[in-house]
Order: sequence, then structure tokens, then C-alpha cells
Amino acid sequence: MEVAGEVLASESQLHVLAVDDSHVDRKVIEKLLKISSCKVTTVESGARALQFLGLDEEKGSLGFNGLKVNLIITDYSMPGMTGYELLKKIKRSSTFREIPVVIMSSENILTRIDSCLEEGAEEFLVKPVKLSDVKRVMNDCIMRGETEGNKRRRVDKRKFEDDNHASSSSSSSSSSIPSSPSSPLPSSPSTAATSSPLHSLKRAKLRDHN
Amino acid sequence: MDVVNQLQRQFIDYSASLHREGFLDDQFTQLQKLQDDNSPDFVVEVASLFFEDCEKLINNMARALEQQQGVDFKQVDASVHQLKGSSSSIGAMRVKDVCIAFRSFCEAQNREGCLRCLQQVTHEYSLLKNKLQTLFRLQQQILAAGGSIPVVE
Repeated sequence: MEVAGEVLASESQLHVLAVDDSHVDRKVIEKLLKISSCKVTTVESGARALQFLGLDEEKGSLGFNGLKVNLIITDYSMPGMTGYELLKKIKRSSTFREIPVVIMSSENILTRIDSCLEEGAEEFLVKPVKLSDVKRVMNDCIMRGETEGNKRRRVDKRKFEDDNHASSSSSSSSSSIPSSPSSPLPSSPSTAATSSPLHSLKRAKLRDHN
Repeated sequence: MDVVNQLQRQFIDYSASLHREGFLDDQFTQLQKLQDDNSPDFVVEVASLFFEDCEKLINNMARALEQQQGVDFKQVDASVHQLKGSSSSIGAMRVKDVCIAFRSFCEAQNREGCLRCLQQVTHEYSLLKNKLQTLFRLQQQILAAGGSIPVVE
């Protein structure tokens, strides 16, 4: 049974769940995310977000596993459940705590930022959100949350590139560093895959889904 | 081609004046840059949502401020906060600035001040609506004449 491929969203696109009570903001964030090559689902409240994830306490799990969510981006000030409360619920859920959560707020309040980061938010964006903010967040999430499957693919790709570079070393193991100085890879994938705790958690989660 | 150039010139000038007079700020330009072939009406659609929001929120504020028994300033403030957020997201600078002043009056529970701000915000919103309609009309004319919409920095 193919585990990695089925559990993940389609390999090239991350699926982002955007939560905001403002219709204007939902439209804008959706566009920013689509331009950044993401699949987007927008909802208007924390409660709806939990329902979508299948975490709705009242209704029980709806098993919305059709499209896995790779990132949640939520407004802070919302009527009913705030973005902060949503963040806490997600981080306290064994199934969903690994999903990175980004908070957006029109108010640049230090204590607010601190409490969100303490609860496990990846980033805190001050509104109005720009394309550069979204791109930065997506890059950070790709760097931080890469799955084993993606790493394997990247390693294979690099092997192919190495084999084709006349000047690169002849050893085609995954730990070889590309000779080009402009290579953006920060570390050897095989090392990252084994040493990062996030990856161990992800591996465990993939097993649980079997 | 001459017609297109003329229209584009008009568009650029009009856009520049809207920025100069403070109706629009850089966030509006950011939204224009997001518009592409996949969503050619993106800015118009966002503007429509914004004006819908304005109308709804202004009505809420008016009703809350009308209460003779006692104004619920928290309720007014909640609506002003939302309007401030939307106006910031679309780049409606003047509307946003009135909202900032409006919030101070809510905090001070100053009904007169709030009513003045309500009047101002209503005025700014209808001014902006007219101006954006003119801008969008120019856009339509450019496209109809086969030209492309210049991005004004």
C-alpha cells in the first residue's frame, strides 16, 4: 500500500486552510496563496476550520481526509473562537498538532505575538498581508516541514543532476554536496531525515495512517 | 494604438491622483499586481466585497449609535475594527484613517465624536466608490480597445 503518496497532498502543491471572518481578507489571502502555487480552502471561522479538519467536538470526526492540510493560516481577531483559541486546539490535538499554524493580525501587539509563538505558531504576520509575506511563510514551511517522500525525490533529483555535472564528484551518494556555489540546500537530506524530531514524528504519523 | 495610449495615459494620471490625494495607498497597488489572466477581475471583485462590507458595517454602527437607552460602544467599536481591517486590506487609506479616529471616540465613549466619524466614514466610502468606479471604467475601456492595464507604482 502506497503510504507516502496517498497521505500527502499532491506532491507539487501544498494545501492551505485559510481562516478569516472578513470576506475581503479571505479573497485576498486566497489569491496570495494561489499565486504562491498552493491549493486553498477558505473558511470564515475557527469552528468551521475545526469541522473541515474533522476536529469538531460536537459532531465528532467527519473524516475529512480527502485533502490533507499542510498549513493553517488564521486571523487572530474573530468573533466566537479567536485565532489564538484555534491555534491552541490544533496544537493540543494529537492528530493535527504538527500542522504549522500562522497567525495574521492587524494589531502589532508584542504580548499577543509572544503568546501565539509560545503556543506553537510558526509565524505572526501583520496585516495587510503582502505577497512577500506569504512567499516567505511557504518557503519556511517547505524547509521545516519536508516529508520523507519529498526528501527522497529531492535526493533522486540531485543524484541525476550530479551525474550530469562533469565537475561534480563521482560519488553519487545522497550526502554529496552539489558543486554549484548557488545551491540553496542547507544540509544533506539524509542527515536531516534521520536527526530531525519533526521527521520522526511525521514518520510515526504516516505509520498510524496505515 | 493611439486611442489605447491615450486611455492608458488617462488611467495612469487618474491612478496617480488617487494615490496623491490619499484615497489609495500601496496596498491597492499590491492587489493590482496580483491580478492576472486567471483572475482578470480580481481587483473589481475585492472592491465589490469591500463596498458590501462598508454598507453593512456602517448600518450596524448607525443602529448602535441611535440607541437612546444607551450606546453599546463595544458593539460600535467591533464594527469599526472590522471596517478598519477591510479598508487596510484593500488600500482604502482615507477610510482607514477615519476608522482610527473613530475607534478613539468609541474608547472614550464619546457619542458626538462617534456620530461625526460615522458621517465622515460614510462620506469617504461614497467618494472612494465613485472614484474606483471611474478607474475601473477606464480599465474596461483600455481592455476593450485591445490594450493592457499599466501598473502604477
